[in-house]
Amino acid sequence: MIERSHHDMGGLPAGKVERSEHDYADWERRVDALMVLLSGIKGAQKLLTVDELRKNIETIGPEAYDKMSYYERWVVSITQTMLQRGVITTEELARKMVEVKHRG
Amino acid sequence: MSELGKYAPLTYFQLMEVSLRELLVEKGVVSNAEVDAVAADMKSRGPERGARVVARAWTDPAYKRRLLADGTAACEELGLDVPALRLVVVENTPEVHNVIVCTLCSCYPRMLLGLPPDWYKSSNYRKRVVREPRAVLAEFGTRIPDSVTIRVHDSTADMRYMVLPMRPAGTEGWSEERLAGIVTRDSMVGVALAQAS
Amino acid sequence: MVEAKFQPGDRVKVMKAYPLGHIRTPYYIRGCSGVVERICGAFPNPEELAQMRSGLPAQPLYRVRFSQAEVWPDYRGGRGDTIDVEIFQHWLDKE
Repeated sequence: MIERSHHDMGGLPAGKVERSEHDYADWERRVDALMVLLSGIKGAQKLLTVDELRKNIETIGPEAYDKMSYYERWVVSITQTMLQRGVITTEELARKMVEVKHRG
Repeated sequence: MSELGKYAPLTYFQLMEVSLRELLVEKGVVSNAEVDAVAADMKSRGPERGARVVARAWTDPAYKRRLLADGTAACEELGLDVPALRLVVVENTPEVHNVIVCTLCSCYPRMLLGLPPDWYKSSNYRKRVVREPRAVLAEFGTRIPDSVTIRVHDSTADMRYMVLPMRPAGTEGWSEERLAGIVTRDSMVGVALAQAS
Repeated sequence: MVEAKFQPGDRVKVMKAYPLGHIRTPYYIRGCSGVVERICGAFPNPEELAQMRSGLPAQPLYRVRFSQAEVWPDYRGGRGDTIDVEIFQHWLDKE
């Protein structure tokens, strides 16, 4: 149902709260750091707003939203925002991903 | 920096992180040193800053009044670095118990308490704590009697919330430092009470 | 900034609308009535910021307190239990 966005979940039925915690992996901490830096909090150039980030998370499809972990959603959202803002292009991203993947 | 890919192939998302970061570094938007420094700073942040604020409020009634009136200013008064934080502190009393959530994403006073735990960001917490707070608190082992009012705070906008837990009995005469040692993150989110031991 | 229309203590009602876009007024609170607990200040509109616009002029943001028993038909807690939500002025009408 598009009337209620998938992320807007307050009050929906759900199961027990799993009191899990995990130690954040280094890549997750780097995603978090990128978010902090790009939003200008630490005095660096502000290249995005947290509102754009949230919007881009909210538009991840429901199935993907549920399957992805918190920082997986964030890295996708930050990347989408950078594409929308024109800081990077899809072509640049594609070439870089191929390059990194083949480094092995 | 790149320990990834040495022992296991990168996942799609890890590949994206590396790729995005390298592009941004190449373009001079960020440096790897900055990314590492910010990541290290967040890693070093646990709930200690929040605990210090609580301990001061427990021992200094005038500070507590200032804290409840303007959370951010009161944190800065203690010399805490809490960039971009707009803090509202809500006080637990014998009549009122507060609990914090962000149903729409996972907003949390990170600069004060560190990164939020997985459960705070989980769908089940975000869905249920607004509607059945007592049941969720009971799952955390925290039983709030029906005679006590529960206030839930949904951080939907720019403010961030912290609970000022009640000072437990048996802590009379304790130093601020000792008091700060018993203030847990969970008590500042509102899913637990502060305990003397 | 846009002038504040409401004061603490005012009864307000959340617009019962379900538009598209980035929205920070939760679905569960739309159409509900509550009391302004405080004026949080004025902030750029997140709905506009999300669309890469400035969000200015800044909009008054209110902390509105709702009675849980009025929000959830099946609420099983104390009658005094409340939920506070921050809501931008353009989502609120005077009750």
